[in-house]
Amino acid sequence: MVTLSPKSNQKILLELKGVKKYFPIKGGILKRVQGHVKAVEDVSLHLFEGESLGVVGESGCGKSTLGRAILGLEELTEGKIHFRDEEIQDLKRKEKLKFVKEMQMIFQDPYASLNPRQRIGHALEEVFTMHTNMSAKEKRASVVDLLHEVGLKEEHFDRYPHEFSGGQRQRIGIARAIALNPSFVICDEAVSALDVSVQAQVLKLLKTLQEKYQLSYLFISHDLGVVRYFCDRVLVMYLGNTVELGTVKGLFANPLHPYTQALLSAIPRPSVHTNTKRIRLQGDLPNPANPPSGCPFHTRCPIAQEVCKVDKPAWQEVEPAHFAACHFAGTKI
Amino acid sequence: MTNAVLTEERMAVVKKKEKVYVTTLRRLLKNKLAVAGLIIILLQIGMAIFAPLIATQDPIKQNLAASELPMFSDGHWLGTDNYGRDVWTRIVYGARISLLVGITAVSLGLIGGVTLGLLGGYYKKLDGVIMRVVDLLFSFPGILLAMLIIAILGTNLVNVAIAISIWSIPTCARIVRGSVLSIKQKEYIMAMKSLGASDFRIMMRHILPNAFAPIIVFATMRMATAILSTASLSYLGLGAQPPTPEWGAMISQGQDYMWTSPHLTIVPGIAIMLTVFAFNVVGDGLRDALDPNMNI
Repeated sequence: MVTLSPKSNQKILLELKGVKKYFPIKGGILKRVQGHVKAVEDVSLHLFEGESLGVVGESGCGKSTLGRAILGLEELTEGKIHFRDEEIQDLKRKEKLKFVKEMQMIFQDPYASLNPRQRIGHALEEVFTMHTNMSAKEKRASVVDLLHEVGLKEEHFDRYPHEFSGGQRQRIGIARAIALNPSFVICDEAVSALDVSVQAQVLKLLKTLQEKYQLSYLFISHDLGVVRYFCDRVLVMYLGNTVELGTVKGLFANPLHPYTQALLSAIPRPSVHTNTKRIRLQGDLPNPANPPSGCPFHTRCPIAQEVCKVDKPAWQEVEPAHFAACHFAGTKI
Repeated sequence: MTNAVLTEERMAVVKKKEKVYVTTLRRLLKNKLAVAGLIIILLQIGMAIFAPLIATQDPIKQNLAASELPMFSDGHWLGTDNYGRDVWTRIVYGARISLLVGITAVSLGLIGGVTLGLLGGYYKKLDGVIMRVVDLLFSFPGILLAMLIIAILGTNLVNVAIAISIWSIPTCARIVRGSVLSIKQKEYIMAMKSLGASDFRIMMRHILPNAFAPIIVFATMRMATAILSTASLSYLGLGAQPPTPEWGAMISQGQDYMWTSPHLTIVPGIAIMLTVFAFNVVGDGLRDALDPNMNI
């Protein structure tokens, strides 16, 4: 499977091959495994150097689990992850440290992701303590540089997380993630907890940092507007499965999968004239412990046929650099 | 000019730095009972430190000519015991022993309990084993366990401290484990893992500081229990040996003279009661003061 990137000739930074993450459900008196929640089901994709790949889908579709699995915070059930052509999924903690410097994460809730009893200056210094042999002075200087980099001031060094606003806290989270000069950052709903004006500032900061340090982002979000503004490519997930992957331009202009079409139709438009039809999906998200047979989306799909209940659609390149998993990809609802 | 601004900012920072402790203390001081307890504890600590200055007589030296003097006698305002030793002096020196044994026992108990609790809460695989051991310790009645340990180790105050500390371990381990289990789920722990922090660093620098409040409350309350247990064991003849001026031992010796000289049992009894009361109300107050949801 070759995925063409929007900017050609880019090197592949990260590659996922058939990544699966199942969470066992234990029950009964003997705590035996009675089934699995299939959080991530057979995900394969590439991420190029310097690109932003958005991952969208409703809550519970496995976006965050995918991010955590890449970082090694969740053990994979199956599959392989290559980072710069090295397999990283089975490494021990010590061997993994050099990749830790390269891969970082920005969390959704900036307050919850900071230790409430630690001054933020010390929290940032700790990153250098763990990974470098800097002297106390060098560490302090580096932290001050970092604070400036993300738009904070030196005087913030001695403050506790609760003394900051939401946007400032997220800046601290970003500072911590870029401290070791990574090449790949996972933003797990990084701006979802912020209000819109602050969101814009933080997104701008992320863009600036991307240009300055050639960062690649895996941008997990449920906000299609933000993804459209921020990302180069978009991956749509449903119930742990990848349903569509394409460039922002291609996917938003011509969504191939009915689920993507439904998602896009739900974006509010600030106009009274464009009378776009809202596609309403029927029913609830199926239980990921007991996913439907065939195409996982067939229970709610408005164009589902008999074949969808039986055969799982293949992941195919329908248009150049535009993938979808649907028997009737491209059919407009 | 810049310097002046800087110092001002620094001052603001310093003010904020103290805030957590100041808030707790202010909330604690609003609780009148806790203040009373705090005063008793401070008085006792002062008594223990300056014992030779407060009580000028020898706590051990016998003076049979002045035995069993009643309270408010000349030169012995709390009277003397059957060997003519000044009761006030013995109470003052007894405070030393009670505090010392209490602090030692609680510290040792905390070290053991916090370690077990941290390991059990953090490592799922160790949890089962550690908690079953803790359950086993729990199944012994406290005094019985202490007596067993003293029977093995021998009768003296150091062994009393060890026995009480071992008996404190299971409760402490339970409390710490509970806190660790909830803190472990927090996102900042996940964030530290994603930064490649070692388990040791996560436990010591990120989990333990956040589990501090219940531990400090436990330690205060446990001081009361430890002092009471020391007195009980000494009363039973398993702790301090005569002529050591230990409160429990004093009651034990004084009970033979209960009808003729009731102050020999009542005075050390009151001393024990006041101390235990003080530590308990301070512990209660601390728990309320440290709980941000509590509106005092």
